Amino acid sequence: MRNALGSVDTVLLLGGRSEIGLAIVERLVRRGARRVVLAARGGTAPVEDLERLGAEVHMLDFDAARPQAHAALIEEAAAKVGDLDVVIPAFGVLGSQAVYDADPVAAARDVAVNFGGHVSIGLAAARRLREQGHGTLVVLSSVAGVRVRRANFVYGSAKAGLDGFAQGLADALHGSGARVVVVRPGFVIGRMTRGMTPAPMSVTAAEVADAVVEALDTRKGTVWVPARLRLAFAVMRLLPRPIWRRLPR
Amino acid sequence: MTPGMTLLTGWGRTAPTRATVARPRTAEEAAALLAKAGGRGVVARGLGRAYGDAAQNAGGLVLDCTALERSWHVDSAGLVTASAGISLHDLMTALVPRGWFVPVTPGTRYVTVGGAVAADVHGKNHHVDSSFGAHLRSLRLLTADGSLRTLTPRDDLFWATVGGMGLTGVITEATFRCVPVETAWVRVDVERTRDLDETLATMTATDDGHRYTVAWIDLLARGGRMGRGVLTRGDHAVPGDLPARARGNPLAFAPRPLLSAPPRVPGGLLNRATVRAFNAAWYGKAPAAPRRIVQGIAPFFHPLDGVDGWNRMYGPRGFVQYQFVVPLGAEETLRRVVERLSGAGVVSFLTVLKRFGAGTPGMLSFPMPGWTLALDIPAGQSGLAAMLTEFDEWVAAAGGRLYLAKDSRMSAATMAATYPRLPQWREIRRRADPDGVFVSDLARRLRLC
Repeated sequence: MRNALGSVDTVLLLGGRSEIGLAIVERLVRRGARRVVLAARGGTAPVEDLERLGAEVHMLDFDAARPQAHAALIEEAAAKVGDLDVVIPAFGVLGSQAVYDADPVAAARDVAVNFGGHVSIGLAAARRLREQGHGTLVVLSSVAGVRVRRANFVYGSAKAGLDGFAQGLADALHGSGARVVVVRPGFVIGRMTRGMTPAPMSVTAAEVADAVVEALDTRKGTVWVPARLRLAFAVMRLLPRPIWRRLPR
Repeated sequence: MTPGMTLLTGWGRTAPTRATVARPRTAEEAAALLAKAGGRGVVARGLGRAYGDAAQNAGGLVLDCTALERSWHVDSAGLVTASAGISLHDLMTALVPRGWFVPVTPGTRYVTVGGAVAADVHGKNHHVDSSFGAHLRSLRLLTADGSLRTLTPRDDLFWATVGGMGLTGVITEATFRCVPVETAWVRVDVERTRDLDETLATMTATDDGHRYTVAWIDLLARGGRMGRGVLTRGDHAVPGDLPARARGNPLAFAPRPLLSAPPRVPGGLLNRATVRAFNAAWYGKAPAAPRRIVQGIAPFFHPLDGVDGWNRMYGPRGFVQYQFVVPLGAEETLRRVVERLSGAGVVSFLTVLKRFGAGTPGMLSFPMPGWTLALDIPAGQSGLAAMLTEFDEWVAAAGGRLYLAKDSRMSAATMAATYPRLPQWREIRRRADPDGVFVSDLARRLRLC
């Protein structure tokens, strides 16, 4: 159970090797979470650090591209640790637009993970949280989905879908005791973006994790990382298309 | 008793969870609801004055027991039998004019008899009269199998239920001895102290001379004034003590809330500046040398009941109450806590210090001989979680513990380390409720069952 000051006992991370995901879990464990499930493809994930911090860590095999297995996975995680206090789907792939342009099948496959996978696991998690009467689903959206850019519109449109899904789900869960936190980071410097030039207002996985943990303490439903991106995008949303499409990246 | 879905919190208004709430009117209706409870279990709820999650059951069933039977009876010797859903307020309103006072009352009259048993509540008279459970002759408990059992202090299950936070069954009725009173007034000695040493020394020296004692501490005072406070010590007044206007009807008792907190209060209203101003005024108002006054029962025992919904004053993020006890001899731990809070400038609107006497055999009962400090802290203060976790460690190391009716944040590990009779309680509970029908958010958080 979540306590009065926001600490939780159990965490389920989907995409158990995700840099951002593990950074969030590590912080939750430092603040008292004691039972963690890391769900990742192949059922392997780094557990030592979390165990050293005192958590009991379980691993489950999870494939974001196999939605038919998602409901069972949520139940399996709950069977291992009890009520799920925080569920973090942190999986995703970032392919280049040039590759997608050349290979529409690869584009569809990645969209199925970045959007479809989140829909099936998100709904399965929401059902469980609703039955529990409490719990938080942390959805890692992106500013890339707030206004889609031509430079990465396949990735961006999947994130746009995910962001809309998360908002709708948050409204659907209102009053159920369960809630959704929608996280919109800017460019995240890390493993996923290695080799890319950071965009303005870039952040690290650690900064995203700090913002998520802070949002869990409060009743905030949407988190921009860094916070000033909220204002920047309020302006960018209004930018005329002819200008927007000429943005270099 | 049509059940409905509701988001519930405790009195601190933190960590809401959703439950199905049903309002049984009889023990039979309650038993029928138990039989239909799903996998998420059941817990009884009274007037919702537990600060944390003791009377919440996420995803499950919560039995609102305030409509349960509602009968009470007092005999000529002051032995009262009352339904669990009756509040101490209702009982006092009926009993005081007849010359009887409840044996123990916490800081609010708006707790039910069932809640008073389940939390084994204590009051300002703990040092002489112990807690509510010490005055119980018997209680009726609806257990998981649907049977209604009468328990006495000779039963293990009785002492698992007293202080058992509703996790052994639904308490439906309690029988306890009341205290004779000649008036509805209290003779009160008020005195202020210069620092923590003086507060502790004066309490130790004078507590035993009075039935009711308590100290309010100015937590924002620092340096040489750290731990300064106002001591109040009271005894039931006799007619000769009363002001002339009250002598005609010395047992008149019909208190009502004087004010009501607004429905929405912005966060941050209780901040360092406002609390400092309140503390300075409160301390300044108290006499430097002992002074005797005569007060009504309500303002002496239940000052906060004068403001309806006072918990809303803490704003939308709510507040936590931190109440611990450390054994006599562990004053150093108490001092460290006060020093740390005072140094960090933590805002606590009400800080109350008491000296406890003997505890009851309740396995999860809170009081033990020692010092107990209670703090009301707005939940949004930065660094609060880490600070209170550190205090947990100090309290545990000193052999103390936290009060379950107030707790909303300790860890399962702290619970297990500080309630040494938890294994015994679990064993008795397992026998009474083998399928785990009774469960609450508190039980899940602290892994009690």
